[in-house]
This record gives sequence, C-alpha cells and structure tokens, in this order.
Amino acid sequence: MKYIDNILFIAILTAGLWFFAKNIKSLVRNIKLGKDIDRTDNKAARWKNMAKIALGQGKMVRRPVSGLLHIVVYVGFILINIEVLEIVIDGVFGTHRIFTKILPDSVYGFLIGNFEVLAFLVLVAVIIFWIRRNVIKIARFWNNEMKGWPRSDGNMILYFEMVLMTLFLVMNATDIHFQEMNTGNVISQYIAPIFSGLEDSTLHMVERGAWWLHIVGILIFLNYLYYSKHLHILLAFPNTFFANLNPKGQFTNDANVTKEVMMMMDPDADPYAMPAEGAEEEVATFGAKDVTDLSWVNLLNAYTCTECGRCTSECPANLTGKKLSPRKIMMDTRDRLEEVGKNIDANNGEFKDDGKNLFDWITKEEIWACTSCNACVEACPVNIDPLSIIMDMRRYLVMEESAAPAELNNMMQNVENNGAPWPYNQMDRLKWVDE
Amino acid sequence: MSEALKVPIMADMMTAGTTPDILFWVGSAGSFDDRAKKITRAFVKLLNKANVNFAVLGTEESSSGDAAKRAGNEFLFQMQAITNIEVMNMYEVKKIVTCCPHSYNTIKNEYPELGGKYEVYHHTEFLQQLLKEGKLKISGDTFKGKKVTFHDPCYLGRANEVYEAPRELIKSLGVDLVEMKRNKLNSLCCGAGGAQMFKEPEPGSMDINVLRTEDAMETSAEIIATGCPFCNTMMTDGVKAKDQEGKIEVLDIAELLAKSL
Repeated sequence: MKYIDNILFIAILTAGLWFFAKNIKSLVRNIKLGKDIDRTDNKAARWKNMAKIALGQGKMVRRPVSGLLHIVVYVGFILINIEVLEIVIDGVFGTHRIFTKILPDSVYGFLIGNFEVLAFLVLVAVIIFWIRRNVIKIARFWNNEMKGWPRSDGNMILYFEMVLMTLFLVMNATDIHFQEMNTGNVISQYIAPIFSGLEDSTLHMVERGAWWLHIVGILIFLNYLYYSKHLHILLAFPNTFFANLNPKGQFTNDANVTKEVMMMMDPDADPYAMPAEGAEEEVATFGAKDVTDLSWVNLLNAYTCTECGRCTSECPANLTGKKLSPRKIMMDTRDRLEEVGKNIDANNGEFKDDGKNLFDWITKEEIWACTSCNACVEACPVNIDPLSIIMDMRRYLVMEESAAPAELNNMMQNVENNGAPWPYNQMDRLKWVDE
Repeated sequence: MSEALKVPIMADMMTAGTTPDILFWVGSAGSFDDRAKKITRAFVKLLNKANVNFAVLGTEESSSGDAAKRAGNEFLFQMQAITNIEVMNMYEVKKIVTCCPHSYNTIKNEYPELGGKYEVYHHTEFLQQLLKEGKLKISGDTFKGKKVTFHDPCYLGRANEVYEAPRELIKSLGVDLVEMKRNKLNSLCCGAGGAQMFKEPEPGSMDINVLRTEDAMETSAEIIATGCPFCNTMMTDGVKAKDQEGKIEVLDIAELLAKSL
C-alpha cells in the first residue's frame, strides 16, 4: 500500500489531462468548421503582434487600473506554475519538495519567496476584480448580455483563483520542514501562527490536504476553461498571431462577387452561356447566415473572447442605448458554434439541419445599428474583430435576402441608377464649380 | 458665383495632350451635398493658390461604392469600383487626393485588389505636404487664439491611422488645439459611418452625433474642425440639437485654411 498515493495522483493527473485534451480536440474541430482564410503571411509581423499584445499585454494597459491588476494576475499565473512542476514530480514519485534536494536552499528560497509574494498579490488583485464587478458594479459587467451564466462564470473564475492562491499559501504555512528552513516563507510565515496550536500530525494533515486540493483544483480549473469564458489564457496567443494585419478600414472583397461582376462587365462574355458539362459549380452563399459561413478566425475569436466588455463600452451604438453590443456578437457566435458542434457530435459527425442559424441569436436590429467605426476592434485587448462578423451578416441580409432597411435600398438604388447615394443626375456632378 | 475657381477636367486635359500631377476625387457628398460643396470649393481654392496641377473626373466620376459596401451590397460596390477603376486607369491616374475619408479608405485599401493601384492622399495629408514644401502659405491671424477641437473621422483615424496631419494643419493656424476626452484611436464615431448616414438610427436613448457634440462641448471649443463631409453634417446637426448655433462653428480643415490665406 506504499504506493497508493502515487497511483492515485497519477490517475487523477491522467484523467485531468485526458479530459483537457478531449476538450481541446472539440475546440479545434469546431474552429475548423469556419471557412478557410489565409493568415500565414508576414510571419514576422504576426510574431511581433503576439509578443506585444498577448505576451506583453500591450493593449491591456491602455486602461491602467484593470491593465496593471491584470498583469499581476497574469505574471503570477505563469510563474507560480513553475511550482506546479515540483508538485507534479513530487506527486508522481512520492517525494517532498524535490527541488530542495536539487537547488541550493538560497535559490529555492528565492524562487518560492517570489511565488509567495506573487500569490499574495494575485489574491489582492483578484479581490479587487471581484469588488469592481460586484460592489462598484462597473457598467460593462452589467450589460444585458451579462445576466445569468456569464456573470456567475466571471465570479466563479475569481473564486477559483482566490481558493488556489490561499491553498498555495496555507500549504507552505503548514509545512513544518519548509517553515524550519526559514527561506522563501516571506508571506507564509505570517500565516503559520494561525495554525500554531495544532499538533504536528494535524498540521501535516492540513498541509497534505492543501497540497492535494491545490493540484486537484488546478486540474479542475484546467477543465473548466472549455466551459467558461476563460479560454483567453490559452487562445490569446494564437488569436493575436492570426489577427488581421491590414488597415482596419480595409474590408474583404468577396472573390465570388468579383468573378460574377467581371463576367457581367466583360463585353465578350455570352450571357446565355451554360456552364460546361460536368463542371457543376458549387453555389456560393454570399455573406454569413450561420457560423459555418464565417471564417475560422472569426470562430477562434469567439472562443478567445473573455467578455471583458471593453469593446461594448466604446461602441457608439451601445453608448447611445442601441441593442448592438460587440461583446454579445462574440458570445452569440460562440453559443451557436457550441450548439452546432454538439449537433455534429450527436449525429455521427454530420450536421443535421436544426432549422436554426446565427440570426436566431443576433437580430437584424443589432446588425443594422453598427457604424463600422472599428472602436470595438481597436478596444479589444486581444485583437478580436466583431465588425467582420457584422459585415458578413449584412452581406447575407442584402445579397441573399434583399432585406436591407428601406432607406438603404433607396440609397443603393440611387447608386445603381445615377452613381450617387442621392437622387442627383450624374451629369450635374460639376455644378459645385459655379455655385 | 462667389469667386472663380480653376477646375480642370480630366477629359479636357487629355484632349489637350496634358496630364495632371494628381486627380482630385470629389466624391458624391462633395459634388452634391450643399454643405460638402463648400468644403470642395475651399479645397480647390487652396489647390489653385498653391498652383497644383490637378484635374477632376467631373461627370465621369461615380460613387466610390463605400456606402454600398458598408451596407452589405458587395455586388454594387464592386460594380462601382471596377467602373471607376476602368475610367481612372484609362487616364493613367497615379495619384489621388480626396476630402472624403470614405472614398480615401476604399480607393486606397479596397480598390488595389480589383485592379486600381494608386497613391491616395486625404486632403489633410496633401495640404500638409504643400505647407511643408512652402507651396502654400497660411497667415495665422484669422483664427488666432481660438479654441479648436478636432473630431477624428473613423475612416481616417482608426481605419488608416492618420492622426497627425490634420492636427499639424490646425496648429499652423495659431489656434489653441484642445483634445476631446475621446480622441485619436479612442475617438467616438459621429454616427454616420457604415451607411448610417442614409438611414434613421435604431431605437436608443440618444443619437450618436449628440453624444459626440457633448464631447466637443466639454472642451469649450469655439470651433469643431472636421475632415469628412459626413462628420461635418453630423456635428452640425449635433450643434443644432444642443442649441449651440452661434457659439460653436463646425468647419472642415480645408475651410479653416482657405479662410486663413
């Protein structure tokens, strides 16, 4: 029975990682449901974007308070994970603080000391985050789309982090040997007195309990990611790498449209020509009716969104009480994509028409309220682009359903008939010269 | 007729066997909208003053297709774009200047893939060049000491990251340039982009142009400088809605410069 702890640990670790791998597989499969788009050009600029924006948090600090607090949590999260490496080795081999045997006490103490300070700072930052959401009630956390699950999801993640950081500090505080080493216990030495009345054996049990709960908690958190808005801790990196590099004002030119327009304008083209036999052409849908009409980058965006709401808080339509919220566009896209994914899973890998599409989530009213000003794209700390989804949905409404608002139909008719959005004669284009 | 402008037309120049250095793309608003026509005239006045060898397409110009594209009508956009490109390529156009950030953006960024590759300038970029080269001289007296705020057009600012050219021009007028709390990459849209200019807004608590006018009022500026005919209309309407007529003037940078010659 000597190895029961090791076996139990390996079993839990394997299960945790296996579920995580399974979730990542579904995630990748779902993202690949999107249309192909090439985002592998200009790799240097892409790496630079990723380094500056994801790794370097360059856009986060545009809002200094939340930006700096976020950096604390981010740095803490990454560095404290080095400690997880020790925990995993200890768990697998049944050792205790294996790094103390490898590293000089001073180095080990330096590392753990830093982790303790970081853990404490993360705890403070996360508590401030909680207060911002729940006590100060910062507006962007209370928009319509943030009711119910999205709001509790946000808080749940904060509780997770509070518990994990506390467990880490308690684990150190109740580790008699570690406290006796008296190096690196910069924070935990102040927590240790709380447990001073306990027998050594009870103290050991508390320490073991904290150790186990800490690692199990991390594995649960890892698997919670897929169901939460928190995937950005992983996806921010690919998301910034594959983000649009063109000027923000440049919208895509639909290549299928170009083909048809060129044909229409070619004086040599035979308008009655039948497609060559056997060359059955795929009927292209213009714009996006459902998530599968969007690009895979749009879908990656949807999974990356952590619902911070910076986009919505800068959206001119949302600021003036319109229903449009760029964050909701991303949340809806993800929700519909999840539904499509589950549909495929339930039907042996084939999507079975469920009579629904993205317009069941996103209304035309939202789509038409957009000014295409790019404020949301600029505001996003990880370069998510809600605008391209809105534009693709407009294209569907106009080119497939002819469902533009009447005033826009008038405008387009004018452009078609007289080359201006207003009903003026093209021959009068120079009248301004003599006025 | 206020004062005679020299406006050479591309077709005439071709007949005469001459070529302009740059094409002035007037745009639909600049050609037909009463307020925007004044901006067009002011800009031409500056071009004339600086002896710029330019031409316009005149009746051969057609909508850039921007509004159609942002409204979702990719067909109509590409029809317009390809027609315009055919005309401009026939005249072997190399350089284009325009007072409209919407035309600027679509011709600069969306035309190349369809066969129209040109060097495109917003009029503030072009005027800044003329000033730098000494071809245009501005007297700093007309607006001296006035408080001026600049409203960044989305399709010039965020869309194409041109923030300094308009500001440099405003500073050359000897005025006190004050920034709104939302400026440059955080600037707030006037509410006209994305084809909103041509429709009523969706139901909400207020109009976007009114909110933006409030931003401008917070700076206690006497002049709101713009660089886009649509922004100009929206801000002018916003000033009216806030009963600020007579207190706040909305003027394009070309107009500010033309009044400072």
